[in-house]
Amino acid sequence: MSAAPDSATKQPLLEIRDLEITFTTSTGPVRGVRTANLEVYPGETVAIVGESGSGKSTTAISIAHLLPKNGSITRGQVLFEGRDITHVSEKQIRALRGDQLGLVPQDPMSNLNPMWKVGSQITEALAANGVAKGAAAKQRAVELLEEAGLPDAKRRAGQYPHEYSGGMKQRALIAMGLAARPKLLIADEPTSALDVTVQQQILDHLDTLTGELGVAVLLITHDLGLAAERAQHLVVMYKGQVVESGPALEILQSPQHPYTKRLIAAAPSLASRRLVSVAEREEVREQAQEHAAGQPSEQANGPIIEARNLTKVFPIRGSVPWRTTPFTAVDDISFSLERGTTTAIVGESGSGKSTVAQMVLKLLQPTSGRVLFEGKDVTTYKGSALKTLRRRVQPIFQNPYGTLDPMYSIFSTIEEPMRLHGIGDAKGREAKVRDLLDKVALPAAMMRRFPNELSGGQRQRVAIARALALDPEVVVCDEAVSALDVLVQDQVLHLLNDLQAELGLSYLFITHDLAVVRQIADRTLVMEKGKLVEQGSTDEVFHSPQQDYTRRLLAAIPGGSIPLAGAETIDVEAPAGPADETVTEHGEGPEDIIDPFSQAGHV
Amino acid sequence: MRSDNRAPQRPKAQHWVAPLDETPLQEVDAADTSSTPRSLWAEAVHNLVRNPVFIISALLILLVLFVAAFPGVFTSQDPTYGNLSSANKPASAEHPFGTTRQGYDTLARTVWGTRTSVIIGFFTMICSTILGGAIGALAGYVGGWIDEIVSRITDIFFAVPMILGAIVIATRLGEMNMWTVIMVLSIFGWTNVARIMRGAVISTKSQDFVTASTALGAGSLTNLLKHVIPNAIAPVIVTATVNLGVFIVAEATLSFLGVGLPTSAVSWGGDISRARDALRNQPMMLFYPSVALAITVLSFIMLGDAVRDALDPKARKR
Amino acid sequence: MIWYIVRRLLQMIPVFLGATLIVYLLAFAASGDPILTLAGDKPISPAVEQQLRAQYNLDKPVIIQWLIYLGNVVRLDFGVGFNGRPIADQIAAAFPVTIRLAIIAVIVETVFGVIAGVISGLRKGKLIDTTLLILSLLVIAVPTFVLGFVAQFILGVKLGIAPINVGRDPSWQNLLVPGFVLGAVSFAYVLRLTRTSIAETVGADHVRTATAKGLSRGGVVTKHILRNSLIPVVTFIGADLGALMGGAIVTESIFNIPGVGTLLFRSINAGEAPMIVSLVTLLVIIFLLSNLIVDLLYAVLDPRIRYAK
Repeated sequence: MSAAPDSATKQPLLEIRDLEITFTTSTGPVRGVRTANLEVYPGETVAIVGESGSGKSTTAISIAHLLPKNGSITRGQVLFEGRDITHVSEKQIRALRGDQLGLVPQDPMSNLNPMWKVGSQITEALAANGVAKGAAAKQRAVELLEEAGLPDAKRRAGQYPHEYSGGMKQRALIAMGLAARPKLLIADEPTSALDVTVQQQILDHLDTLTGELGVAVLLITHDLGLAAERAQHLVVMYKGQVVESGPALEILQSPQHPYTKRLIAAAPSLASRRLVSVAEREEVREQAQEHAAGQPSEQANGPIIEARNLTKVFPIRGSVPWRTTPFTAVDDISFSLERGTTTAIVGESGSGKSTVAQMVLKLLQPTSGRVLFEGKDVTTYKGSALKTLRRRVQPIFQNPYGTLDPMYSIFSTIEEPMRLHGIGDAKGREAKVRDLLDKVALPAAMMRRFPNELSGGQRQRVAIARALALDPEVVVCDEAVSALDVLVQDQVLHLLNDLQAELGLSYLFITHDLAVVRQIADRTLVMEKGKLVEQGSTDEVFHSPQQDYTRRLLAAIPGGSIPLAGAETIDVEAPAGPADETVTEHGEGPEDIIDPFSQAGHV
Repeated sequence: MRSDNRAPQRPKAQHWVAPLDETPLQEVDAADTSSTPRSLWAEAVHNLVRNPVFIISALLILLVLFVAAFPGVFTSQDPTYGNLSSANKPASAEHPFGTTRQGYDTLARTVWGTRTSVIIGFFTMICSTILGGAIGALAGYVGGWIDEIVSRITDIFFAVPMILGAIVIATRLGEMNMWTVIMVLSIFGWTNVARIMRGAVISTKSQDFVTASTALGAGSLTNLLKHVIPNAIAPVIVTATVNLGVFIVAEATLSFLGVGLPTSAVSWGGDISRARDALRNQPMMLFYPSVALAITVLSFIMLGDAVRDALDPKARKR
Repeated sequence: MIWYIVRRLLQMIPVFLGATLIVYLLAFAASGDPILTLAGDKPISPAVEQQLRAQYNLDKPVIIQWLIYLGNVVRLDFGVGFNGRPIADQIAAAFPVTIRLAIIAVIVETVFGVIAGVISGLRKGKLIDTTLLILSLLVIAVPTFVLGFVAQFILGVKLGIAPINVGRDPSWQNLLVPGFVLGAVSFAYVLRLTRTSIAETVGADHVRTATAKGLSRGGVVTKHILRNSLIPVVTFIGADLGALMGGAIVTESIFNIPGVGTLLFRSINAGEAPMIVSLVTLLVIIFLLSNLIVDLLYAVLDPRIRYAK
């Protein structure tokens, strides 16, 4: 780029000064943002990094006056091209929206209006900003979708959002955000709902696009690795305050604020090392095997769980009601889980990894194949045999908000499995609950609380305590840490790891996040579209992946290639070729959309 | 990283750090043990008692219940004693609301009518909620062809409007009393509860905590009773509350049409019907039972609104 | 889409059969003998009784009676009423009146209900919202028949601007007041439902995205809020048509309108079972058809259904 005069380049495009944002709630005013300062210069990418509740999205959204009704800027200024737009009129801010300030929102699933064709939703943006009208706008919309990397854009423009996959929706939202060629694009977690390989593609594309157009990007993300990889300048937010800002690499390599340091230490993509050394794990395993050998079990030295040729076929409704097409969700998967170790199953959405977990948990019956527990086929277990098996194999699920019954106190939640199996008396059970809470590092006072009073991480720890209440031997963790913030995720992973060492547990760990796998797993299985792509020890899979798909997954870990002291980098040649996206979801009929309250009380 | 055709435009590479004393570091995911523990129901009650709509409706309902329980406190007259010599009288000290064409004391009729309405409304609500709740829970929880059949049965009863169905049965039964009215209204009044219960059960049963409970070794009946129904009951409670008001209106409508309680019974609906003929000369005869009926119904509908606001998870988030 | 409609049509069949069976059983089989009711206090000769029983198929088991009846209904033969006139004729005379009344009521509840609900939902918490909400509560709390009396008294008796009794062959104009009375309660429910639905959609993510595109407030409301909010309202209005028919009994008896409600009420009081069954069957058919229309409207409004298999 030719050198522009200094005076033109020194002017920031966006400047936020001492911003404070307050929400009025039923319990009084709550400060969403306390002090935020940041600048975005024309053409550069600035990332705001923080955990949920740090105020990063609130800050970004407030620029275009898009705060929810109960939120308002109570102090500070927002300057756009030097002009104070903090409290300008609705009309003036509308003039800026779209053609000056573009937005790519967070959740692709809920941000497109399901009632209108995608093309018309883009056309509308063009018309509203006076870019194009009528047929010209339609044509332009197709071009924009093409530009956003959507194949077959012409046909796609005439489709409805429910016919799109998540990645395609996100591309449409990018096309929409850039439609009127804004000077600043606010990208609020634009890819956090997507699979890693899709995420990488879309971010690459966004990078090129904004680079070509010279659009400045304010990227909001919880992922430090991703931020460092995509932005020149980082702004770290913590509890509504900016705690550190500066050049991306400099922050990553020499963080100053203790919070930034903590974030970097916890980010799985950056600081990936095994949580426990191999030797220690070896010890754990031996202990577990010795322990098992003491029991009258012939198979003590074999794997505790073995899956043989597991296959699950679901019938999918076809084009006519009486015909169904078989869909093979899991196709001939075999693996084993050794006592006291962790086997991870990695895959993207639709890979069938959770279906495997459900079959191991006997929540789903396999179409064919067997699950062996200590060498015994448990596929056909029923009644009391099944109940005994359930004591020994326990699950932990992904969504911390759905995993605990909101009506049960923490005490009754953890006590429930013991009561179900008739273990101990009331006193003994209470002592056990206390002990379990202590194990998951929660104060005993939490017993009397209810799930709605707990954070996501705390709920997940309660779920772990519940899973451990029956002293199981195997715990199946289905995306158990995926919904958690990095620091909390790190904490829970350490907890799981410590518990494994202490209790000799065996984990079957289902996740989409390769970085997490490296921290916790001994063996790794990679699944793609129901098939086992690769399996081996975690080291083998990470250092010498045999399959293209595994390599692609590894290369897509954001920030994996950034050199950091004390962490090994992931440096894999990413094979060419797009990750295909298929539309798997189907529109829900009105009879399937259930919201009891929307009907309650109407006659 | 990005290949750039944009030169760094920042004046200089600023690296800024907030002073630590202004941004103290807190423990990761610290457990807050300061507030008092509160269950969802306790939370709902907490919200409820701060809602003016709830307070107004609760006070009105208390008043209505009190009148229904102790009508003697408000009037000493016998509502069924008709003295034709003092018929059609305007308000006086002896008859504060005047008298009807049959010589009944309007105040006494209005006060004693409360009991009829409240009893019928309450028991119809109980019967229809139990019936509809059980049917809806069965359909939603079991699913499959049982759901298909039960849902169609619900549709069948839904397709016959409550008043219409009630009239047909009522004429067949001949002379009605309170309990037959309750039965007749319940037969056609359970469908909306069943539909709402079914929807709520379906959305609850797929939640992780139900799956977790299965994996812990709980049977399906245990799951239904201990996890699914307690979590699905909130919208049913709302509907039942509003239904109570609707049933009171329905009873009055039946009596109005002359197919409900016999003319000898003390009922607002019947009184309103009879007041019609005297509308020109004595509009107040229509006024009193109508207002009593409206206030009773209004209070239950408002209570339903308030309970919904307190229980609805969407409202709770805000 | 085609299978969606087929499924809905198939689901209608058992509902139709079940609803008519219930009414049939209730009207004929429950206590009381329609022939004796017809005869009243006058003694009836066994021969006449026998003939009447054969005419109404009362000499056969109830299920067979019902099946014969259904067969006739399919051929649009509703039989002959106790007064000797064909039931179909009597219904045909009364039906147009009620249809007019119902059309006015549906327009009242839909147009006014939706408009008021939209205003209320968009101005949630403001004075206009509170006012409309209180109005809707009052309308729900005051039963239709009280509302009818009051309207009749004030508009008809005191002001004389509307007829007190509508009478035979009513014009649209004369049905205006009864129509408003009939639609009032549903108006209040539509208002409340629209309000809730609008207020919910206003907070939706895609609405914020539409705003961020630079659309005007009017554009956001008409394109992105209204259409999305109307789906539950459409469902309600469809299902409500049945309740309206029930309400017509009350309204028609107040204003003395010779419609289906009056006919039904008269035949109920006379214990004229064939007429009752015919009318209720007809109302069930109307209810099912209106629900079918709602299902089709759904598909028009929501592309997700249009494309569902």
